[in-house]
Amino acid sequence: MNPLELVRARAGTPFTVRFDGREIEALPGRTVAAVLWSAGVTAWRTTRDGGRPRGVFCGIGVCFDCLVTVDGRPNQRACLVPAEPGADIRTQEGTGHDE
Amino acid sequence: MVVVGAGMVGAACALYAARAGLDVILVDRGPVAGGTTGAGEGNLLVSDKEPGPELHLALLSARLWGELAQELGTAVEYEPKGGLVVASTPDGLTALARLAAGQRAAGVRTVPVDASELRSLEPHLAPGLAGGVLYPQDAQVMPTLAAAHLARASGARLETGRTVTRVLRGADGAVRGVRTDRGDLLAPAVVNAAGTWGGEVAALAGVPLPVLPRRGFVLVTEPLPRRVRHKVYAADYVADVASDSAALQTSPVVEGTAAGPVLIGASRERVGFDRSFSLPVVRALAAGATRLFPFLDDVRVMRTYLGFRPYLPDHLPALGPDPRVPGLFHACGHEGAGIGLATGSGQLIAQALTGGTPELDLTPFRPDRFAEEATA
Amino acid sequence: MSERRPVLAVIGAGPAGLAATLAAAARGVRVTLIDSGTQAGGQFYRQPAPGLGARRPQALHHQWRTWERLRTGLDTRLADGRVTHLTDHHVCWVERDSSVEGEPVRDDPAAPGFTVHALLGPEQRESVAIRAHGVLLATGAYEKVLPFPGWTLPGVVTAGGAQALLKGGLTLPGRTAVVAGTGPLLLPVATGLAAAGARVVALVESAGPRDFVRRSRSLAGAPDKLAEGAGYAARLLRHRVSVKARHTVLEAHGVERLESVTVAALGPDGRPRPGTALRLPCDTLAVGHGLLPHTDLADGLGCRLDGPAVRVDDEQRTDVPGVWAAGESTGVGGAALSLAEGHLAGRSAAARLHGTAPDPARRTRAARTRTRLRAFSEGLAGAFAPPAHWAELVTDETVVCRCEEVTAGAVREAVGSLGAGDLRTVKLLTRAGMGWCQGRMCESGVAGVAGCAATPARRLPARPVPLGMLAAPTDDPPPAR
Repeated sequence: MNPLELVRARAGTPFTVRFDGREIEALPGRTVAAVLWSAGVTAWRTTRDGGRPRGVFCGIGVCFDCLVTVDGRPNQRACLVPAEPGADIRTQEGTGHDE
Repeated sequence: MVVVGAGMVGAACALYAARAGLDVILVDRGPVAGGTTGAGEGNLLVSDKEPGPELHLALLSARLWGELAQELGTAVEYEPKGGLVVASTPDGLTALARLAAGQRAAGVRTVPVDASELRSLEPHLAPGLAGGVLYPQDAQVMPTLAAAHLARASGARLETGRTVTRVLRGADGAVRGVRTDRGDLLAPAVVNAAGTWGGEVAALAGVPLPVLPRRGFVLVTEPLPRRVRHKVYAADYVADVASDSAALQTSPVVEGTAAGPVLIGASRERVGFDRSFSLPVVRALAAGATRLFPFLDDVRVMRTYLGFRPYLPDHLPALGPDPRVPGLFHACGHEGAGIGLATGSGQLIAQALTGGTPELDLTPFRPDRFAEEATA
Repeated sequence: MSERRPVLAVIGAGPAGLAATLAAAARGVRVTLIDSGTQAGGQFYRQPAPGLGARRPQALHHQWRTWERLRTGLDTRLADGRVTHLTDHHVCWVERDSSVEGEPVRDDPAAPGFTVHALLGPEQRESVAIRAHGVLLATGAYEKVLPFPGWTLPGVVTAGGAQALLKGGLTLPGRTAVVAGTGPLLLPVATGLAAAGARVVALVESAGPRDFVRRSRSLAGAPDKLAEGAGYAARLLRHRVSVKARHTVLEAHGVERLESVTVAALGPDGRPRPGTALRLPCDTLAVGHGLLPHTDLADGLGCRLDGPAVRVDDEQRTDVPGVWAAGESTGVGGAALSLAEGHLAGRSAAARLHGTAPDPARRTRAARTRTRLRAFSEGLAGAFAPPAHWAELVTDETVVCRCEEVTAGAVREAVGSLGAGDLRTVKLLTRAGMGWCQGRMCESGVAGVAGCAATPARRLPARPVPLGMLAAPTDDPPPAR
């Protein structure tokens, strides 16, 4: 059993996004967080001080732990932003802004 | 002695008095830095003072902050980053240069910066500005940390969450201590360091002191790498500070912090203790800041907060013994400059308390200087 | 459609907001329903993304018939133009103004109009302004999570977060999960994850049966709710989820991500019983300790709060004229209570915006439901509780403020040697709560570690707003008619 089977999903045509340069398959409608989770990726940010890995925590846009850089724009909440075909998703380090 | 008010000024009074050999009790109805100190940016500025008694106090304070930084600098996030005042028009620059000349005569270090040099000091500054003046003596601390560390370093007995309800006076009229909601604290000297609430404390001793709140908002951005190096503000800020108007005034003041966020001020309005959020003020601050630093357009504001500067009608603090009440001293009404002026104020109060001659003439700061107006 | 109908802005399209929308629209009010979601439903009825083509979304839901009724009602009102639904609108503040044209609140001429400012879309770089004669806040709640060593590891998620990604994205964070903490949310999360194919090795709940027996009187007032609980028990058994009552998580382990958790039984004093620690390998820990109301917009409007929640009267009115609140923002109590409150709020708003009073005789049923469910939720809130001494388990090295990476040790030092005795001073001295989330995630944890009350901080704007948008608003609104 998996969640798609449980709700008898007939998903639209998959597409690919890039995460840190490698291609990942995505289903239409999923957020960046859901796409990364489905690919087994659980961390896509490192913290400012400790350089520690972080990913989704609250899942509803409140905690800002899942910040990620999408198409060059830092500090996007992966749990809110839908994945678009060809999106360039990159692990965000620190503030996400260039020094 | 009893110091009423555990903000920045009260903590500095406690520190210098303790170092002068006095036993100090620091009492506050709230926590440490719970009033205006906790709502401030922590500016230690000489640049925004016109020549006169306040500038003398600022220069003394800057020197003392530098000394304190030797022992507490890291703990209080002391940063001698310098201030950069910019003018957008040639006329503005002329006025700024005139102000700087007067300040220089009073002992302030000033460095004229022409238009072409501005961006080497602040690479992200907007193009097209007429020029500016760099003030290397301007610095910054994290105000709550500063108040807490100075209070601790003083060794004073800290009584937070304790409300002073009366200033006790003997038959001869002299101060005997304070009554609080949890018992009396007896001492031959009481220092009113209650900031914006200094008028209330003065009234508890039976004397008027017309301290009024002047509200200010601060915007805090998302954390950024260090893009704003100095405290940067527009030349009109000095005029706003000196203004007597009750109406809203805003002039952009922008600075980076060690922790990452950029702080944006400054607004001034006299609306009593109104804590409600004002979208027009916030919009005006955002507009001013993005004019100075266009890159801020895409930067997000995470938080806004407000505080109440303790305003006295002539913009000078009340500092020194109150001739109307023997044993009562005041150190309040520093408006938006209390963090910076705290060290000098503490030092002067300690000198007055121990019977020495204060190193600055306290006459311009006399607490009873408003008496005639109050009765008129 | 009459041009003279008053406009009510309902913020939030969960159960409370939808019930309010339908009640108000049925009584001659035009409703602008403003919500951050891409579809109506809120957290409780969060729908799978349409692109995923779910043909049986109800497999992940409870009380589906209620949802169908709300959905049908909304569709009808959208079709007849009484309701406008603005999706992906993230409200950052609500402004009171006096420039709204049209019908004033007649029985209170002092009541001002309102402008709702919202950021658009997932990018949130532009804003719009929506004008209304009244505002109804149905902003819901977010999850409270108390810190423990290892809680910042990837793979540790909030219980609600795991559920949101499951319901909305039809995805699981891993294969082997532990669900832990306290509160009624843990049951649907554990059964939901299990039904969707995760191996849920344990449900770790710090409350125990005795906590419920002690509150049996208030709980007995809602037998349907108890039956719902029994249904969960059967499902947990079917999915072979080991239920560990009066247990707590001591630590989450892992280097770059979660690898296992240690749990232990709680003794009568609320501390872990020595010798009961048990290590459970897992790649997901879904953890939660209850919910906290979203009150930022209400606070910004000057509405009075009662503790963490917006204070309302019998009609769900706040103390600011023209502003109503319903659902979790007025106190956490579940979807059924939110529906009752939303209904009452919508009725009141419709009546008041037309200058009349709601008919008390006609609102007794919803009001009775509200009374009964409030008592029930108070009973639940008392029964479900984190371990009495949870803060002792937070080691000094543990990061308590996730955004600013402030450790428990730093918080303790602020209290112990710098004299901080309240949450605001702790925050100012340590930066705990000053980051992106503005303390929403750490406020309870920091307060607990500091040993002071969790007084809610003022958080405005309610969402981060680009300075350029503030400086040059793109949202000059057309006047409401």
